[in-house]
Amino acid sequence: MPVVNRPMTESNARDLFPGALEMMILESLRRQPAHGYALVQHIQQRSNDLLQVEEGSLYPALQRLLKAKLVKAEWGVSSTNRRVRTYQITASGLSHLEQQISSFERMFEGIWLVVNPGKATTS
Amino acid sequence: MDWIPPIFRRRKIYNDLSEEIRLHIEERTEQLVREGMSPKQAAREARLAFGNRTLLEERSREVWQWPTLESIAADVRIALRQLRRSPGFTIAAVLTLALAIGANAVVFGLMDGMVLRPLNVPQAGSLYGTHYGDNPAWQSYPNYIDLRDRNRSFEDLAAFNMVLGVGFDTGKNPIAANGFAATGNYFDVLRIHPYLGRLFHASDEHGPNSAPYVVLTYQYWRTRFNGDPGVVGRSVQLDKHAFTIIGVAPPEFQGTIMFIAPDFFMPIVNEEQMGAPSLNTRATEHAVFEALGHLKPGVTLAQAVSDVGAVNGYLEKTYPKEIVHHGTALSREGLTSFGPAVRAFVAGLMVLSGLILLAACANLGSLFAARAADRSREVALRLALGSSRKRILRGLLTEALLISFAGGAAGLLVSFMLLRRMSTWQPIPGVPLHLPVAPGAMLYVVALGLALFSGFLFGIVPIRQILRANPYEVVKAGPSARTGRRLTIRDVLLVVQIAICAVLVTSSLVAVRGLVRSLHSKFGFDPRGTMTAGVDLAAAGYSDDKVPAMQRRIIEAIGTIPGVDAVGLVNGYPPLVYTAGNRADVYKEETSDLSPPNAAAMPFRYEVSPKYFEAAGTTLLAGRSFLWGDDKNAPSVAVVNREFADRMFGSVTGAVGRNYRLQDGTRVQVAGVVEDGKYMSLTEAQQPAMFLPFLQSPASAAYLVVRSKRDPQQLAAAIRSKVRELDAGLPVDTQTWTQMLEVVLFPARVATMALGVLGLMGAMLSITGIFGMAAYSVSNRLRELGIRMALGAPRKEVLHAALGRPFRLLAIGSAAGLTMGLLATRVLAFIVYQATPRDPLVLAGVVLAMALLGLLATWIPAQRALSVNPLILLRED
Repeated sequence: MPVVNRPMTESNARDLFPGALEMMILESLRRQPAHGYALVQHIQQRSNDLLQVEEGSLYPALQRLLKAKLVKAEWGVSSTNRRVRTYQITASGLSHLEQQISSFERMFEGIWLVVNPGKATTS
Repeated sequence: MDWIPPIFRRRKIYNDLSEEIRLHIEERTEQLVREGMSPKQAAREARLAFGNRTLLEERSREVWQWPTLESIAADVRIALRQLRRSPGFTIAAVLTLALAIGANAVVFGLMDGMVLRPLNVPQAGSLYGTHYGDNPAWQSYPNYIDLRDRNRSFEDLAAFNMVLGVGFDTGKNPIAANGFAATGNYFDVLRIHPYLGRLFHASDEHGPNSAPYVVLTYQYWRTRFNGDPGVVGRSVQLDKHAFTIIGVAPPEFQGTIMFIAPDFFMPIVNEEQMGAPSLNTRATEHAVFEALGHLKPGVTLAQAVSDVGAVNGYLEKTYPKEIVHHGTALSREGLTSFGPAVRAFVAGLMVLSGLILLAACANLGSLFAARAADRSREVALRLALGSSRKRILRGLLTEALLISFAGGAAGLLVSFMLLRRMSTWQPIPGVPLHLPVAPGAMLYVVALGLALFSGFLFGIVPIRQILRANPYEVVKAGPSARTGRRLTIRDVLLVVQIAICAVLVTSSLVAVRGLVRSLHSKFGFDPRGTMTAGVDLAAAGYSDDKVPAMQRRIIEAIGTIPGVDAVGLVNGYPPLVYTAGNRADVYKEETSDLSPPNAAAMPFRYEVSPKYFEAAGTTLLAGRSFLWGDDKNAPSVAVVNREFADRMFGSVTGAVGRNYRLQDGTRVQVAGVVEDGKYMSLTEAQQPAMFLPFLQSPASAAYLVVRSKRDPQQLAAAIRSKVRELDAGLPVDTQTWTQMLEVVLFPARVATMALGVLGLMGAMLSITGIFGMAAYSVSNRLRELGIRMALGAPRKEVLHAALGRPFRLLAIGSAAGLTMGLLATRVLAFIVYQATPRDPLVLAGVVLAMALLGLLATWIPAQRALSVNPLILLRED
């Protein structure tokens, strides 16, 4: 699913649904705290390059997560001696993530059932 | 981080964010360099991979903002900056709007004061009065008492009469004052409380001449008594009768007739002392001017009208000889006398000022569109950088609203001051006329609403332009001058403006023409070179039997003044003065049942002396005028006007010598016929009139009419000294007849002035509109014009190319406006006498005016077009 972020706020049928990016960020942070750049690399690698996330589009999502207190951020120094701001998931972030994943799975199964009648996925 | 105050916290967040993004891009760049790219290329790739940095940063920041409020504030700041950069445009726009909104606010103030809230009394909405106009209101005092006691629709019914020219003597010398004679319950019905002292009540009345009390109006108390709080309890003399001042009415109360501001109030039971007809005679019509009261809750207007009609019917049946039935009507109190005319006029004004606002919006709209076109490059860049069209439009709208609020505030201020000035203005000194307009709270609301409305209206003009802008084309090619034949929005707007201006110019010209005509129309008398002198013998203490002899002596004395051609006398007021006119029922000679339904006509009735017609300049058509021999002992005679003669007897010559009957049965013989004239108002249809010899029906208050070619000042002084010779204590009120006509002409004058002002404003707006378009078109095509001139085109062709379009639009707009104006002036004809739109002079005038406008407006751009130096221009490019 290639994703292209256009400068205008026109929605495109191939954009990620709202909340998808947050979900993926939270999941990545759950595995390991990271800074923005590392998060982008992570998402691209893990999705087998199926998702081409525009690097900058992470930041609005990160700010939203910060505001909702689902993550917290700290300035520090990375392993490569760079000054970085590392994000970490919070407890409420964890529970929010679990909710989101289960509702996403339900939605996906529902869509799959409609689009492919007769076939069921194993969840 | 919670202990850091919010502002600093926000800034920290933004700083963190910026730094984070910077570091991200750096990291990416380093990675790419490690992979083998050149640093420059790596930097570029990193930026591309990141995406639209500005936009993303902004979006991230938005997370922390109160989105709507903050972005509005940001819009406002940016708009202010933009407007400050082009001060000329901003000032012109604000001024235009201030003018238009100010005009609308003033007209609304007029409507508020004259139509919506004509009276400043509590709960004025349920206050109704008997209708004066077709004369159903004038009635006798006993009639009013019956009406009050028998009706079932009013909570209580009060009544009043006007007493004019009363000699108000505070001990030093009598000065003429005008007042209302009101029933005891007048103030209680109106629910008014005194400002000082007390007001009179029904309990003060104990029969005729039993309540010698006076209540001053606030204005009179301030001007004549200097606001002295000691007036309460002071003894004064009204027409030589002793009265006591018992209080002062509140400042905002000015009586119950619109446009009339009395000086004092007195109880109606003492009216006879002022020379009014006897209170207890049922046959007199002029004891009570109007009856008024609040409707009982739950009673509708229709119910009240039929109730009052029923009472009137009963009275008619019970007193057939004394009651004259005129039909029943009830109107909102205060508006009864002039309601329809005022409403029509104000409605017309509102339409016209609304048109002005539209024209101003059209003007500003095209200015805005031009600005947007000029900023197309900037818009294109912003679009390319990632701004949404919605955002840009919002910015433009904010600019428009800022301008309209500034203009609205300025206009409100001006209108406020103007209305305040108008409400204290006494247009004709000595006459209790005033304009009941005072700025109220609604004015602010209206001004705000207008500002919002007009801001939106002209702010959305460039919408299509912005929405269709293709940023890449614009940046590539630069703003091109579209010289196509297509009709753009700006063209349409200009045509609209010009049409509106043409409408306004047409109506002002029509009004002016009508006024000029009305001043020269036939009145039935010649007011030029005529002096009037009002003499009230009852005020000086003369008893009824001595009055006629004294009046004759005065007439003869004035006749001896050198330079006086003729002297006459008329009881009451001369025709066309103060809209005071008495009417009487007359019957054909053979009618036996002299009751109002059988009346043959209802002519105006005047009682005049011999030589009155010569003095007034009224032409005698047949028969004779009066002689001193036509007194009480002689047979009753009358002189009638042409209309009367035609209606009663079929012709002028056929009328002389014929008889008819008055209401009281008297048989009157027609001695002569005079020309027709106007008696009550300038716009009335021709009415019949009869003149009776004053010796056969004498009255103590009369006006002398003196015809002379002498200088009015000297003549007045001579008249006054002659009268003083006869009786030193007799006050005389001298004025030229033309001055007295001012009251009748006042509405027409005001209307013409208002229309003239509006026409001028429309013209100014058009000039700026045409100028703007012409200047713009010339500056856009400067290159093309330069080339034309270099190729040897004659001046005319250059001018045609440059200004052809504006002039064509001018022509179209003027034609449209002219036709609309002609249709619309039917409304004006109601007030402005003889305002016929199909006057060739008016049409020619409008065409000339619009052509002049066009020339004036295009003068400067034309000069610019002709002085173009092709070499310089082509070199610049």
